[in-house]
Amino acid sequence: MITLTGVRKEYSSEVAIGPVDLRIPKGGVTALVGPNGAGKSTLLTMIGRLLGLDEGCIEIAGYDVTKTASKDLAKVVSVLRQENHFVTRLTVRQLVAFGRFPHSKGRLTVHDEEVISRAINFLDLTDLEHRYLDQLSGGQRQRAYVAMVLSQDTEYVLLDEPLNNLDMRHSVQMMKHLRRAAEELERTIVIVLHDINFAGHYADRICAVKDGSVAEFGTPEQIMTDEVLTRVFETPVSVVEGPNGPLAVYY
Amino acid sequence: MTTTSPPPPRTRNKGRLFDWKLLIGVAVVGVLLVFSLFTGVYDIFGADDGGEMFAITRIPRTIALVLAGAAMAMSGLVMQLLTQNRFVEPTTTGTTEWAGLGLLTVMILLPGASITTRMVGAVLAAFIGTMVFFLFLRQVTLRSSLIVPIVGIMLGAVVSAVSTFIALQTDMLQNLGVWFAGSFTSVLRGQYEMLWIVAFVAVAVFFVADRFTVAGLGEEISTNVGLNYNRVILLGTGLIAVATGVVTVVVGNLPFLGLIVPNVVSMFRGDDLRGNLPWVCLLGIGIVTVCDLIGRTIIMPFEVPVSLILGVVGAVVFIFLLLRQRRRG
Amino acid sequence: MAETTVPRVRPRTTPRVTAPPTGPSPERSSRTLPTGRARRRYWIIVAVLAVLAVGFAFGQLAWDNPMPVGSDGFWRIAELRATNLVIMAVVAVCQAVATVSFQTVTNNRIITPSIMGFEALYVTIQTTAVYLLGAAGVMAVQGVPQFLLQVTLMVGFAMLLYGWLLSGRYGNLQIMLLIGIIIGGGLASVSTFMQRLLTPSEFDVLAARLFGNIANADASYLPIAVPLCLVATALLWMRSRRLNIVALGRDASVGLGLNHRRETMRVLLLVSILMAVSTALIGPMTFLGFLVATLAYQFADTHDHRYVFPVAVLTCFVVLSGAYFVMRNIFYANGVVSIIIELVGGLVFLFVILRKGRL
Repeated sequence: MITLTGVRKEYSSEVAIGPVDLRIPKGGVTALVGPNGAGKSTLLTMIGRLLGLDEGCIEIAGYDVTKTASKDLAKVVSVLRQENHFVTRLTVRQLVAFGRFPHSKGRLTVHDEEVISRAINFLDLTDLEHRYLDQLSGGQRQRAYVAMVLSQDTEYVLLDEPLNNLDMRHSVQMMKHLRRAAEELERTIVIVLHDINFAGHYADRICAVKDGSVAEFGTPEQIMTDEVLTRVFETPVSVVEGPNGPLAVYY
Repeated sequence: MTTTSPPPPRTRNKGRLFDWKLLIGVAVVGVLLVFSLFTGVYDIFGADDGGEMFAITRIPRTIALVLAGAAMAMSGLVMQLLTQNRFVEPTTTGTTEWAGLGLLTVMILLPGASITTRMVGAVLAAFIGTMVFFLFLRQVTLRSSLIVPIVGIMLGAVVSAVSTFIALQTDMLQNLGVWFAGSFTSVLRGQYEMLWIVAFVAVAVFFVADRFTVAGLGEEISTNVGLNYNRVILLGTGLIAVATGVVTVVVGNLPFLGLIVPNVVSMFRGDDLRGNLPWVCLLGIGIVTVCDLIGRTIIMPFEVPVSLILGVVGAVVFIFLLLRQRRRG
Repeated sequence: MAETTVPRVRPRTTPRVTAPPTGPSPERSSRTLPTGRARRRYWIIVAVLAVLAVGFAFGQLAWDNPMPVGSDGFWRIAELRATNLVIMAVVAVCQAVATVSFQTVTNNRIITPSIMGFEALYVTIQTTAVYLLGAAGVMAVQGVPQFLLQVTLMVGFAMLLYGWLLSGRYGNLQIMLLIGIIIGGGLASVSTFMQRLLTPSEFDVLAARLFGNIANADASYLPIAVPLCLVATALLWMRSRRLNIVALGRDASVGLGLNHRRETMRVLLLVSILMAVSTALIGPMTFLGFLVATLAYQFADTHDHRYVFPVAVLTCFVVLSGAYFVMRNIFYANGVVSIIIELVGGLVFLFVILRKGRL
């Protein structure tokens, strides 16, 4: 369980977060949605202790993220930012192997190699594992980053807009992989999404963020309504029944 | 000048160009310049040839202060507009070092070269250097605006390593230091007149500053609004090169002037380009004059070169600006 | 903790998995050099560099040595020259290891630690000494205590700067870099001013110390320089696995459980020790480290610091000793070696920044 109590952050003169109180239960996929600049990514990076808080407390599985040693947290929670550029040239497998650092401190064991192989297989990167990242397409690269996060083998996985810059096919693929990771690998995935319909279809819970605080938190059925979405996104939204579940129509 | 589209209408700023604050500024700088005229070891009132000395040294020196100060401040502004980066100016992009290299090359190849020839060398080298820097900016994707001055200073270090090498081989190392240290001591009648060229640079900037802003937004946006991007960049580089080259040859290096002046002006007045232009000019002149006055009086009867004072003051102001930016995130 | 539950990833045969989970993949390991070819390439390069290094080193000892190789007289002369080799080795280790580590923690492959004010400080110290004491000043800053004092000053200056700018809420590496450079520039303009006031003969004495030159070093410094260099290098070597992580940037390394700020501070402290030793020993060498690190990345072609460090050190030694050997014995131009290296380094720098890249 991830618990946020009275979390507050002055990000800049325009953006202020909080106070936020939120409990994200263990298991499944939780999507953070909301308009631009609402503070979704800020919230996620604070949970992932990449950004400090001004006030309040965040706990992941009982560990206070500001007080627990970073190296211990790295075995409980993994986080992937939106932008990833490395100065070094890495192959897919080398990148994924970095995910084992919290466990092996860089000295890979046979067990580590197995976990790495499984993470690579899990994201269909087996044939690409010795390719360099700069030789991959955007979708493949994104999968490689997610594989690294999975090989970190943490209960909690935080992803900041992993669908950014992915086309339709790759977005759907990515969400299916994440769904499977949640179900088969029993991970708790928290993900920032831009497209409310992806959230509605693939997430177990949706957290709508607006103006730096949580506007709504519930199941897709509770959130995917005309009234809630119109209020959160400040634009007329009507939810219709599509062939695979509810669809938000906003244009 | 270089575009097919008419300049954008700027009604908002009409009539604000000269307000009472600016007049006060002009008055203050005017008083400073008068001080400059009457500061010095030579007793211009008592001595017989006082009036003549006044005309030979004090007037040229004061005019040089005005021209060099305005020109370097304007060059800094042009560079900042073109790159959309607040930390860029001739000393943080290597332009000054290139100008020095050009000057040195001419001095070695043509030992008896006239001041005009030296200037041409310096201007050409400054042009090449600025183009190299702009090429670099186009080639790389930057994650942070702070990388730009870091790379620029590295670039300057490369060029000055080359200059040092040449100077060492030709036994000009100590002279090199003297040339590069900006100082108005040697500005005399008959030797500074070339500096009037930079007055045209300052005037030209007044006319085309808006285009530099648009060009700074990138090639696509400029083309979209009908601006010939490459021509504007060439024009800007040319203006910077002329100002830097001429000032380097006549006066020497004036570090950080182009950096602090536009930043300080926009700190107080916001980013209103057209309204800021006269202020940039004025503050440039004011700072150079104050630094020169300090340099002349602090260890009288000797002089401290203005570049030393500017280097120290400029470094402090630059660090202050950086820390301020850091606080804002 | 929960992560000890061993096989979380059960490779269920879901239709989406294209590769066989337990297929006969010939070699699935994450070693640094994954293929046989890469491994061969790496070791061949190391071998070539090592041969060159030994060759130049031997050349330094044997060239123009009037005694036959192996005789007592030969070794006596060689011993005298060996001091130079040790100095070169120290400088090579310092510059190579410091630059690679510095570029890693700053996440930027086109800067060198020497622009961070070390050189400006060194030049200021030397110039002030000559300014105050005249030509005798150069002698006054020589000697073991003075050497130690200079190293301490440089490290102290660096630590003050890093400590001030990296700690606190707004710690930012790039601002720290820029401020370091600017302070260096301020110091440089003070030294330039003092240099102007020197008499030409005093200036000549000083000028020799303002350029990196092996001849500047004194053998009596070595008992201090060698241990400092070895200890700092060993500590960085032990951190090389962490450096691999730091190279991924702040967010990724925090995510992987590294205390990024503490790690950065430690590495920068070690880097400043190495740079201070090298600068106090032979004088400023701005682009040597840059040149060598750039070459080493090309040669080693890997992210792993345990593989990059040796290649960088070997390359640095080959460049230094090779340049000295060639310049001394073929062009008879001893003094300009460092400047030639600087020029080549500078040109490489220009070439690198004009290539497409991301910073």
